Amino acid sequence: MVIQINKLTKKYGDLTAVDNLDLHIQKKEVFALLGPNGAGKTTTIRMLTMLTIPTGGKALINAQDVTSNKVKKEIGVVPQHMNLDLELTAWENLELHGRLHRMPRDKLKARINELLTFVEINSRAFELVSNFSGGMKRRLMIARALMHYPSILFLDEPTTGLDPQTRRKIWDLIRRLNATGLTVLLTTHYIEEAQILCHRVGIMDKGRLIALGTPQELMKKVGEVVVEFFGGTGTSYKFFASRQQALEYVSHFRGDFLIREVSLEDVFVEITGRKVGD
Amino acid sequence: MSFYAVFWREMVTLKRTFFKFFASRLVSPLLYLIAFGWGLGRGIKMDGGNYMEYVVPGIIALSAMSTSFNAVGTSLNISRLYNKTLEEYLIAPVTTQAFVLGKALSGVARGLIASLIILGLAFIFGAHLILNGWFFLVIILTCFLFSTLGIIAAMTINSHEDMGNFNTFIILPMSFLCGTFFSPNQLPDTVAFFIEILPLTHASLCLREIARNGNILPISLGVLVVYTLALYAGAVLVMQRVRD
Repeated sequence: MVIQINKLTKKYGDLTAVDNLDLHIQKKEVFALLGPNGAGKTTTIRMLTMLTIPTGGKALINAQDVTSNKVKKEIGVVPQHMNLDLELTAWENLELHGRLHRMPRDKLKARINELLTFVEINSRAFELVSNFSGGMKRRLMIARALMHYPSILFLDEPTTGLDPQTRRKIWDLIRRLNATGLTVLLTTHYIEEAQILCHRVGIMDKGRLIALGTPQELMKKVGEVVVEFFGGTGTSYKFFASRQQALEYVSHFRGDFLIREVSLEDVFVEITGRKVGD
Repeated sequence: MSFYAVFWREMVTLKRTFFKFFASRLVSPLLYLIAFGWGLGRGIKMDGGNYMEYVVPGIIALSAMSTSFNAVGTSLNISRLYNKTLEEYLIAPVTTQAFVLGKALSGVARGLIASLIILGLAFIFGAHLILNGWFFLVIILTCFLFSTLGIIAAMTINSHEDMGNFNTFIILPMSFLCGTFFSPNQLPDTVAFFIEILPLTHASLCLREIARNGNILPISLGVLVVYTLALYAGAVLVMQRVRD
């Protein structure tokens, strides 16, 4: 077990941002916390990376409490917001990270070259980061998080605000990193991202973990096929175990409807009664 | 040695913007020297010497204070509230003591450069000052303590506008009242007593005594050391409480 979270809680006054979260993440797993804005995903990551102090509960990373300084060497963090140092070049951003982690000088240069090549920024290594596009900045943030050879990578909304092409580039990077043995915990509100990238998904809403499993397991829980009915009062959904059952059900229905396979978004709607973006 | 990584980052950016920094640090002291040295100060005798030699140590203390406070405080406040680059240090295995030390030393470096610029100008303007190790030790302590004050301000003030207000209500009055341009003894007793508690007063008094006679004022040096240690401890404490 790489990450063990037991009854982790964070309260801000009367607001409970994360409520008794229990979660175990395995080595080499790509795990997504999925949920709408304000679900508690970012607060969870901030607690695991000690940017936020939990109100209650406990979290262990590689069997060590997250408050331990040793944990900092095990984790790489890519926050949701762009927090590269805009007054430094790409190279200097990585060098600063390496120096903060006390990497030996001889290894530092080789590692920076390796990572800049990996994220395809080596041709612009000595340019100020302020000149970079959003996608380049995000790739550099991933490279920075990997500088000190962490075993776990935290990615908070890694593709928010990026165009579809850049998003796919980031997905490819995450897949390649996982193939090298890296454990990845990411948060997202993009259903497709969780479905494509992740071995398991945890759905959060209002600070609580309300569903957990592989995307296939979660989708099977609600059914194989969904029928969307478009009426004057809005769209309603009905789930079926097979396409045959769905076809039989709609055979006497007069009105507009759509039959399609169940997605993770349907799971979310079925569990919470609302869409992920709501 | 992780404080060095923090210091290294500041030196990289200082090197990149050195000419801009150099030019900006040249303007205020030049104006002070022209206005108070040549203009208002011409013909004025202070403590038996000419006013230029009286005012230069004060201007050095004032410049050391404002340069180190602003260099560390303003950039750290922006880093915490707007750029969020502070998080890079918080998730790294760097102790708060090392972080504060690295930041404060960067303020010392900038403050020392600003002080050297004034010394250069003062000699061009014809001032005769005694410079020794004590003189530079006092400048270093002044820069260090105001850098750590900058850290405390940056970590506790929650808007860039209020950082400006801190400058207006705390730093600016100290610039003029703490023995920079005139002796605090000329002020009413209660005001003078209050002024003599402040660190810039002791920095000005110390630098002036060294520049004139080559002697250190032990009490003023002691006050600066106490302020340095107390503000360093305060800065470490506020840094430890930065996590929500």
